Amino acid sequence: MFLITCPYCGARDQSEFTNAGEAHVARPANGEALSDEQWADFVFLRNNPKGLFAERWIHSAGCRRYFNMLRNTATDEILAVYEIGQKPPNVKTAGPATPSGEAPIGSGNDAVKVIRPEEGSK
Amino acid sequence: MRYSVFSLVREGLKGHQGWPRVWRHPDPKPSYDAVIIGGGGHGLATAYYLAKEHGMTNIAVIEKGWIGGGNSGRNTTIIRSNYLFDESAAIYNHALTLWKTLGRELNYNIMMSHRGVLNLAHDEHEGRQLKRRVEANRLNGVDAEWLDAKQVKAFCPIINISQDIRYPVLGATLQRTGGVNRHDAVVWGYARAADAMGVDILQQCEVTGIKTADGAVTGVETTRGFIKTPKVACVTAGHTSVIASMLDIKLPIQSHPLQALVSEPLKPLVPCVIMSNAVHVYCSQSDKGELVIGAGIDAHTSYTQRGSLDIIEHQMASLCELLPPVSRLRMMRQWGGIVDTCPDASPIISKTKVKGFYVNGGWGTGGWKATPGSGHVFAWTVAKDDPHPIAAPFAIDRFYSGALVAEHGAAAVAH
Repeated sequence: MFLITCPYCGARDQSEFTNAGEAHVARPANGEALSDEQWADFVFLRNNPKGLFAERWIHSAGCRRYFNMLRNTATDEILAVYEIGQKPPNVKTAGPATPSGEAPIGSGNDAVKVIRPEEGSK
Repeated sequence: MRYSVFSLVREGLKGHQGWPRVWRHPDPKPSYDAVIIGGGGHGLATAYYLAKEHGMTNIAVIEKGWIGGGNSGRNTTIIRSNYLFDESAAIYNHALTLWKTLGRELNYNIMMSHRGVLNLAHDEHEGRQLKRRVEANRLNGVDAEWLDAKQVKAFCPIINISQDIRYPVLGATLQRTGGVNRHDAVVWGYARAADAMGVDILQQCEVTGIKTADGAVTGVETTRGFIKTPKVACVTAGHTSVIASMLDIKLPIQSHPLQALVSEPLKPLVPCVIMSNAVHVYCSQSDKGELVIGAGIDAHTSYTQRGSLDIIEHQMASLCELLPPVSRLRMMRQWGGIVDTCPDASPIISKTKVKGFYVNGGWGTGGWKATPGSGHVFAWTVAKDDPHPIAAPFAIDRFYSGALVAEHGAAAVAH
């Protein structure tokens, strides 16, 4: 469960919020000129990174306003909250060392963790 | 060693000291004819059918943890095939047909129990929609029938059919051949049978990159070294996007946590699988007596194998509505798995723009029931470099052609 800091109301429980998918996805301005492939990419394709992800939330049981959030999907660490229309701030986060690996802290996937010599025994 | 009542008695008399290892732990060979990424049920089934039906025994299954430790060990093992559309009915019923004889075929007791699956209707409109699905199922050769409330009570006496509750049970569809099985046994059975045919199962080995030349796969980089191979089959469930992105392939997949939980053990209480779309919970009872309970995904994307407590609270409330006696029951364990959901709630079984790279993913919340069918048609697709007729409608290009297999809701339970 996340503790999300709404930019308008402050820190509240996740159950007050509704996730609204990836942030910064703009509807194509030149819709009539797009091919089927380009339309399908807009309609169906979203980023699904294991790591830094910009997403929208709506404080549906609170101020009912949308805002953006940066979260590390490998650890669920919340890195920044910012208003709609703003650019994502630069943040640093500890992701997994390999694309499908597990981060040293915050991965819920302890049972399937591959321990490499350089990581020591955790 | 072949398992039988005789081998059990023989080993029992010797104190169970003579059982051999069920599969080997080999070191990776420098090259294979095909490499399967992901040692879950679907991946191991793919390896098994590649070896058995297509003669490809020089292959490897690569698993970053241990086999069956991902979604195979985290799902609620419900088996059914009562999907609305022809394409879905074909693949899920193909799987159901294979489930029926799989234990004998693998010489491994998968504890398959065809105890029946009930999908409850709580209002007139849902009832009408479910009846329509029963008829569609029958046209596709899927066994299905409609039960009214009294018949539901006779089939599953624990269900509350009182008509003065918030969501009264008006009736249900029943698939008698549906049921549950034992997830570990399926994974281990496939692993043992594939290993016996020479398939290498490489556990604690993570793929870190995929090498290509001239648009074709040449090998995989792993934490245990480079492995040369002309064919890579990706069966990594929640991590499908991660593996595909190694080749700059974008898939319409989002990875979400899906939670499940089990109660303390009880005497026999729930004789079948109960699923309810409207109050949104599903439940069965394991052979140990625990109620196994699941519902929907957490709305946010994540790879952390944990979800939010409010989701569980909601499904517990739903269960108390359906089965009032469980309201004082304590829950023993709760966990999450990362499911790869597609926009149309149907899987992707497909070739890709990179020659020799195949994807089997996007099963979302309902992959377990398809395990043998998925492995069977995917093995064909990989071996022949040509989609199996049952797999063909699930190619990636359906998102561009518009020929979606939109099973949202139509699949008898919300995905």
